[in-house]
Amino acid sequence: MGLVTPDYGLLFWALLSFGILLFILKKFAWKPILQALKNREESIARSMRMAEEARLELAKLQQENRRMAEKARQEREREIAETKVLREKLLAEAKEQARIETQKMLDKAREQILLEREAARKELYESVASLTIELSEKILRNQLKDRERQQEYLERLLDEMPKN
Amino acid sequence: MRLIAKLTAATLILALPTRASLAIVPEKTEHENQSKFSASEFIFEHISDSYEWHITTVAHHHITIPLPVILYSKEKGFHIFLSSKFHHGEHEYKGFKLVTEGKLKGKIAEVDEQGHLDESKPLPYNFSLTKNAFSIVLTCLLLSIIFITVGNRYKAHPDSPPKGLQNIFEPFIIFIRNEIAIPSIGEKKYARFMPFLLTLFFFIWFSNLLGLIPIFPGGANVTGNISVTMALALFTFFTVNRNGNKTYWKHIVSPPGIPGFLKLPIPIMPMVEFISIFIKPFVLMVRLFANILAGHMVAIVFLSLIFIFAAMNQWLGFAVAPVSLLFLVFMSLLELLVALIQAYVFTLLSALYIGMATEEHH
Repeated sequence: MGLVTPDYGLLFWALLSFGILLFILKKFAWKPILQALKNREESIARSMRMAEEARLELAKLQQENRRMAEKARQEREREIAETKVLREKLLAEAKEQARIETQKMLDKAREQILLEREAARKELYESVASLTIELSEKILRNQLKDRERQQEYLERLLDEMPKN
Repeated sequence: MRLIAKLTAATLILALPTRASLAIVPEKTEHENQSKFSASEFIFEHISDSYEWHITTVAHHHITIPLPVILYSKEKGFHIFLSSKFHHGEHEYKGFKLVTEGKLKGKIAEVDEQGHLDESKPLPYNFSLTKNAFSIVLTCLLLSIIFITVGNRYKAHPDSPPKGLQNIFEPFIIFIRNEIAIPSIGEKKYARFMPFLLTLFFFIWFSNLLGLIPIFPGGANVTGNISVTMALALFTFFTVNRNGNKTYWKHIVSPPGIPGFLKLPIPIMPMVEFISIFIKPFVLMVRLFANILAGHMVAIVFLSLIFIFAAMNQWLGFAVAPVSLLFLVFMSLLELLVALIQAYVFTLLSALYIGMATEEHH
């Protein structure tokens, strides 16, 4: 058999064997193997993707938690501050109110006192006047009873007058 | 290191039967000139196909596996018998003879009643299951067993990590898919050709490796036989051209980017393109054949050196033997690498040709 001349008998067997081998392996070996490899790779890829997603999700959650905690803290602080402000405001308001009220009452009292004093003074004036009149009347009545004395007084008065 | 030790052992085993069979040559022949060691005959015997599988020779007795001879001739009809009926060419059987010398040496020819051979007469149609054919069948069986086992394991445990055989072959399968098929053919179409490429790769690789094993069931020069590489190249040829798309054929009829005068009136470029359809598989065929054949030849030449020198002087033979064996071991190691590289190259080029034929127009 020549080295470089193909032999049709062997060619025939080689073609046949390889053809059958191809068919058998395709059906019973390569299909399940390639399918399994593909499935496995896909499942690995999927798992890794899922892990990555879970990681991101976790990170997001953590961030969210942190954010919420921060927010809550700020809220609380804000509330505390607000409360403080409010309290101060209320206190100030109450003080102011109380002050105004007191002032009002004082004013009122002062007014009252003034009024009372005016009234008292008026009354005093009136009673002093009437008393004076009464006393004057009495004095006058008494004076007028004594004629000589009046005459005398009158003369004295006339004496005291400048003599011009 | 273990590998090297094994190979050394293997080469020594290779040396043993050859030495034994060589010892026979002077016993059988009486003529002085024929008792000399004939290196070319020796080499040729080892690299060519045969109708029987010679395993070893013990005490002048050949231990061979006779293989079926399948013949059809117009005159004598259809015949199947074992090659042992020829008694290594010494006997004729049912009017057929294994020619041992002359122009038709190694062929089976028809003889007339007196046992005379007419060399001008056409030979019978010979579909004998020769050593190489039988080796191919064995390789196919081995591959089937291995990969069906592996496939079943994938089916049975799709999600568990690979084990054993599966673990050995998975990297190769993935390599062929990711480094050969997908880059050459493309993500979209590669899947259809994967079974072909995988079968091709493992068939060539296993055949190459079995060819390196010096004793049965290895030792047949399967991939170093042009008929076998031709069969493989034909598979690639048909796979490529059956799947060639419109763009592929258009490129052949009218290659783009080529000046018009190269197409008309004399279609030089289309002719070149057309020839290239056949050249591509032809090159595949020759490359594998030549590489493996050369490897086998060189290995046997190193062995023959021992006997060539021994024929001059016995002590010279002993002196040359260690050097020869060292070279042989080196060659075997190299061939181990070549076995894989050639399988890879054949598969890669097939994938590239398929990729060129199925490429989308862009």
